[in-house]
Amino acid sequence: MRRFALIAVPYLWLLALFLVPFIIVLKISLSDIALAIPPYTPTLDLSEGWAGIRRFFAGLDFENFRFLATDNLYWKAYLSSLQIAAVATLLTLLVGYPIAYGMARAPQEWRATLLMLVILPFWTSFLIRVYSWMGILSTEGYLNQLLIWAGLIENPLTILNTPVAVYIGIVYTYLPFMILPIYAALEKLDESLLEAAEDLGCSRLTAFWLVTVPLSKQGIIAGCFLVFIPTIGEFVIPSLLGGSRTLMIGKVLWEEFFSNRDWPVASAVAVILLLILIVPIILFQRNQQKQRETDT
Amino acid sequence: MAETIFAPWDDPNAKPLIRFRNVTKRFGEFTAIDDLTIDIYEREFFALLGPSGCGKTTLMRMLGGFETPTEGQIELAGKDIARVPPNKRSVNMMFQSYALFPHLSIWDNIAFGLRRGRMPKAEIANRVEEMLRLTRLEKFARRKPHQISGGQRQRVALARSLAKAPTLLLLDEPLGALDKKLRQDTQFELMDIQERTGTTFVIVTHDQEEAMTVASRVAVMEDGRIVQVATPDAIYETPNSVYVADFIGDVNIIVGRADPQGDKVHLNWAEGQPKFIGTPASPFEKGQTCHYAIRPEKISISAQKPEGATNTVEGKVLDIAYLGNISTYHVELAGGQVIKAQKANNRRISRRSFTWGDQVWLSWTDTAGILLER
Repeated sequence: MRRFALIAVPYLWLLALFLVPFIIVLKISLSDIALAIPPYTPTLDLSEGWAGIRRFFAGLDFENFRFLATDNLYWKAYLSSLQIAAVATLLTLLVGYPIAYGMARAPQEWRATLLMLVILPFWTSFLIRVYSWMGILSTEGYLNQLLIWAGLIENPLTILNTPVAVYIGIVYTYLPFMILPIYAALEKLDESLLEAAEDLGCSRLTAFWLVTVPLSKQGIIAGCFLVFIPTIGEFVIPSLLGGSRTLMIGKVLWEEFFSNRDWPVASAVAVILLLILIVPIILFQRNQQKQRETDT
Repeated sequence: MAETIFAPWDDPNAKPLIRFRNVTKRFGEFTAIDDLTIDIYEREFFALLGPSGCGKTTLMRMLGGFETPTEGQIELAGKDIARVPPNKRSVNMMFQSYALFPHLSIWDNIAFGLRRGRMPKAEIANRVEEMLRLTRLEKFARRKPHQISGGQRQRVALARSLAKAPTLLLLDEPLGALDKKLRQDTQFELMDIQERTGTTFVIVTHDQEEAMTVASRVAVMEDGRIVQVATPDAIYETPNSVYVADFIGDVNIIVGRADPQGDKVHLNWAEGQPKFIGTPASPFEKGQTCHYAIRPEKISISAQKPEGATNTVEGKVLDIAYLGNISTYHVELAGGQVIKAQKANNRRISRRSFTWGDQVWLSWTDTAGILLER
């Protein structure tokens, strides 16, 4: 009985906070738009009994999903989101790995401080930090002022409202999610393994490729998923920094929901997004499982 | 026996494989190795023995190329290697933690060093198989390091470091992580492998028994200096200082004044007590302070005063340590000095001749004890 209670807690959590909302969204995605409150039909009316339930189910269909398939805006937005997420993940890895490596190699007494510094940005609101990037990247922004003052450029660069700004925003925001798992993997790395590799004829660089990278593989995979998964659905960064030219599914979803007030189509977009995300999430879980197995 | 013939250190024409010449290593203020000079010969099994912090590991890491000496030269086969990086010298090391690559199989671990060279694939495979046979690991080739036992891991580490056929193999506390029984078996295996491959081994250990068992010569270290280098039996029988005598095995040290008589020295150790006669390690002057070192197993115990023994002294049994095969008797002499004497338990314990509080006679010959200056 006690064991059942223990298992029940996470399952109830999952049921209340994931499964029930998902079923509601799924239901709305199968409904039709209506000028009503809520803005869709049918709604379940239990007062009519069995006939009401049957009418309710008869009113549901896949029309919205068919619509998503016919209008190429949507699949372009999905593809572009996947592409932006993939590129941004790679960029975050390229920036994050050296930082994690440096932290893991820093003297023991410095590591806690460095870790603190990586987490520190979370103490400020995410929105405020993204807004401040607008101040840095805009045409009259600090970055352009600095570059002009340094004499590197004559005319200000247009960075804000371009994909470059989106990438900067994503890399900046998700960097800690990349650094922390890689740091955790690198910190466990036994220094004598690198000495052994050198002893057996490796140069420093080959020892890094043959020992350090494979042994931090699971940290790299975990970090990449932690960046990739939330980036696909990212809405704030592309809408604040990307301008109208950046197409991402999170923005499309927001517009369907708030501008068009088309809840059924917005829900259909969300359901497809979730199905796309399930694949990397499952892969991520597998990786975590494998890591636990090798640790024991 | 090969052991008795093999003694290149006594041959003035023999060329040492490794020469440390006035090597000093400092870490900031701390001097880890202090002006050290030593020769190690080919095919030797050389042990560096000392307590932790004596510099033995630093000495080995300099041989491996992981530390560079602050001063002095290290020669390997006539070439100065002091500043050659680890991947450019034909020296391999077996790490204390074994440092096996956890992401590679046993096979790939052993092949790791071979793949760094230009060796053809087929030859690598042959060499790995040979190493697996040598260390009896054929069955485990496909496993990962975490899937085998500690003893097997130790053998993988050995196989991996031997695979490249180094001129010199360094072993850093190779048996430290094994339990006692396995350690003893592995010691003989190590000696066997060393003899079969003909590689020069340098081993670092703090376990004197291990050093005595495996080594052709032992260097006892203290505070970055080598106190004595000699064969295990010479270290045990004729230590050159109290430090060495005390570090290797069990010993009684009696302090007194010397009184040279011919090639023997008489020791005046207490008022009104008979003098002890022993063999001096170095010449003594009359009245000089000296330390009389004698091993417990060289002292015999009897109930009556033995006839014709050179050194005899009476005392009272204070304590008995029963170790199974032998017992150590702590005997208090008239002056309050306690001497340890060992006796083989060739009778059952119930028929033991002496017990607590018994008056006994201790006796030993004049060659059993050695007189040391410090």
